[in-house]
Amino acid sequence: MSTGQQGIVLEQTQVKTKNEHSLFRKLIRNRFAAFGLFVILLLILTAIFAPVIATYPPNKMNVTKSLLGIGVEGHILGTDNYGRDIFSRLVYGARISMLVGIGAVLFGAVVGTLLGVISGYFGGKWDSIIMRFMDGLSAFPFILLAITLMSVLGQGLVNVIIAIGVGNIPGFARVVRGQVLSVKHSEYIEVTRSLGAKHSRIIFHHVLPNSFAPLIVYATMSIAGAIISEASLSFLGLGVQPPTASWGSMLQDGKDFLVLNPHMATIPGLAILITVVGINLFGDGLRDALDPKMKA
Amino acid sequence: MTEPLLQVRELKKHFPLESPIPFVKSRLSVKAVDGVSFDVYRGETLGVVGESGCGKSTMARLVNQLITPSSGTVQFKGENLIGMDGKKLRETRKSIQMVFQDPYASLDPRKTIGELIAEPMVIHRIGDKTSQKKRVEELLEVVGLSQYHAKRYPHEFSGGQRQRINIARALVLNPDIIICDEPVSALDVSVQAQVINLLKELQREFDLTYIFISHDLNVVRYMCDRIAVMYLGKIVEMGTYKEIYEDPKHPYTKALLSAIPKENPHDRKERIILKDSVPNPINPPSGCHFHERCPVAMDRCKREAPQLIDTGNGHIASCHLLNEQ
Repeated sequence: MSTGQQGIVLEQTQVKTKNEHSLFRKLIRNRFAAFGLFVILLLILTAIFAPVIATYPPNKMNVTKSLLGIGVEGHILGTDNYGRDIFSRLVYGARISMLVGIGAVLFGAVVGTLLGVISGYFGGKWDSIIMRFMDGLSAFPFILLAITLMSVLGQGLVNVIIAIGVGNIPGFARVVRGQVLSVKHSEYIEVTRSLGAKHSRIIFHHVLPNSFAPLIVYATMSIAGAIISEASLSFLGLGVQPPTASWGSMLQDGKDFLVLNPHMATIPGLAILITVVGINLFGDGLRDALDPKMKA
Repeated sequence: MTEPLLQVRELKKHFPLESPIPFVKSRLSVKAVDGVSFDVYRGETLGVVGESGCGKSTMARLVNQLITPSSGTVQFKGENLIGMDGKKLRETRKSIQMVFQDPYASLDPRKTIGELIAEPMVIHRIGDKTSQKKRVEELLEVVGLSQYHAKRYPHEFSGGQRQRINIARALVLNPDIIICDEPVSALDVSVQAQVINLLKELQREFDLTYIFISHDLNVVRYMCDRIAVMYLGKIVEMGTYKEIYEDPKHPYTKALLSAIPKENPHDRKERIILKDSVPNPINPPSGCHFHERCPVAMDRCKREAPQLIDTGNGHIASCHLLNEQ
C-alpha cells in the first residue's frame, strides 16, 4: 500500500512541476508572445544599462554636427537639430518610458485595486459611489484630464506618473470589481466567513489572490498605454522638460524637420511602435497562457 | 434529556424581492425559512431533510449567523447568538463549525492543505507556528490522510479526500457542534460511505453534535438520531429516526419515504407520486402549504394552517388529519 501511495505521490509531483513550467512554456511557444517578451527584456536592459550602451552623452549639443543622417560620422542613428546623438537619446529615453510606464500603471493598479475591492466586496452604497465616480473619471478625455492634473500639480517626472496613473485608475477598479464579485460568492469565501475571519483577512488572503490573473494581464497591457500617454504629454510639452530625452519629446522636436530630416521623428516613433506592439503581444500571450480553457 | 445545546425558536428569514419601481421597497419576499423551532442535544445527530429549495441550507446558515435572520432566536449554551456583538460572535463561532456541500468549491485553490486546516487557528490566534503545524498533522491523521498532504494544493485531491480536509478544518478548534450541509451529496456512493463512517467515528471520539442536512433519506437514516422534515421553510414533522421511518404521520413524509428504492426490486411497494413541484415560496399556498400536492387534502387544509401536534415520544407533525383521529 505504501509503495502504491508513494507512486501516486511521485506522479502528482511530476504533474505539478510540469504545470508550473507550462505557463512559461506556453508563453514561449506562442511566437508573438516570445517576441513581446524579447522586446520587453531588451527595453528593461537598455533602461538599466543606458550609460554603458549610449555612445554619446544624450544632452551634449554640437551645433556643427546638427541634422546628420543615419550612420554618418559614428552617429548610429544620426543627430538632431542641436547635434545631439539620436541613438544615445533614444537609449536614455527608454528609461523615462519604462519609469513612467511601470510607475503610472503601479499607481493606477494600487489605487484602482483598492477602490475595486471596496466596491465589489462591500457593494451597496459604496459600490454606487465609487463606480459612479469612476464612470465620471473615464468619461473625461484622458489627455484633457492629464493636462488639468499637470497644470494643478506642476511639471516634473513624478507628476507625469501621477497624472497618467490617475487616468488608469478606473480601468483597474472595474477589472478588480468584476473579479471580486465573482470570487466573493465562492463557497470557500463563505467557509472562511463561517470560521470567524474578519473582512480584511478574507480580502487579502482569499479574494485578492484569486482575482490576480486578469489583473496581471490588464496591467501588462496598460503599460503600453501609459508609454503612449507619456509620449503624448511630452509631445504637447507637458511631460518631462527639455533637455531630458523622452521618446515623446524627441518626436516633438522632430516634427519641425519632418520633410527634410524625417529620421529625427521617425526613429522615436518606431521605438514607441515596437515597444507598444511588443507589450501588447506579450499581454495577449499571457492572457492565453493563464486561461485554462485555451489549450496551446 | 438534559439542557439542549442549541435551541432554535421561530427562526425566520424572508429575502425581500427587488421592487420593479425604483426607490420603492417591495412588499414581496421569499420566505426561505418561515418559523422553524427545534432543539439539539449534546452528542446527538439531528437530520434535516426536504426537497431542494425548502430552506435547509438557509436554515444552516441562519443557525451559524452567516445570514442574519429576519426574526427568531438561536440560543447556544443558553446565549442568544442573534444580535450578539461581533467579537463575542466570533468567539462563539469557534464552537459551531460547518462542513459545506461542494468539496471542490469550499477549499481556496491557492492555499495548501496545511494552510487551510491551520486557518481557524490563525484567525483566532491560537498557538504558535510549531503548535499549529503539529495540530494540522494530528488532524490529517485523524481524518485518514497523511502528514505529507499538508504541503499539497486542493486540486491534487479527490472529492472524498477534499471533504476529509474540510472535516479536519472543522475539527481544528474542538467545536461542540458541526453543521454538515449536504456533506456527501457531491460524492460517489462508495466514497459517501467512507465519509459518513468517518463522521460517525469522529462523533464517538470527540463527543460531537451534528446537524446533518441532506436530501438522501438512506444517508439520514444511517447517520441521525432524530430527523426533521422540512417543507417550504417549515418543519412539518420531527421525531426519532425510528418513529419517522416506521410511523410517519405527515403525508409529505410518507411520500418522501415511499420514494426510497427497495433493496429487493421485486418487492411491491406503494409509491406516492406528488403532483407538480414545490410551490413558489414568494406566494405559498393558503392554509397548509402542502395542500395543493397532498393526496389526502381536505377543505380545511385550504383555509387553516395546521399547528405542530405532539403525538407522543417527542414525535411532532403538522397535519389536520392528526386532529381528526
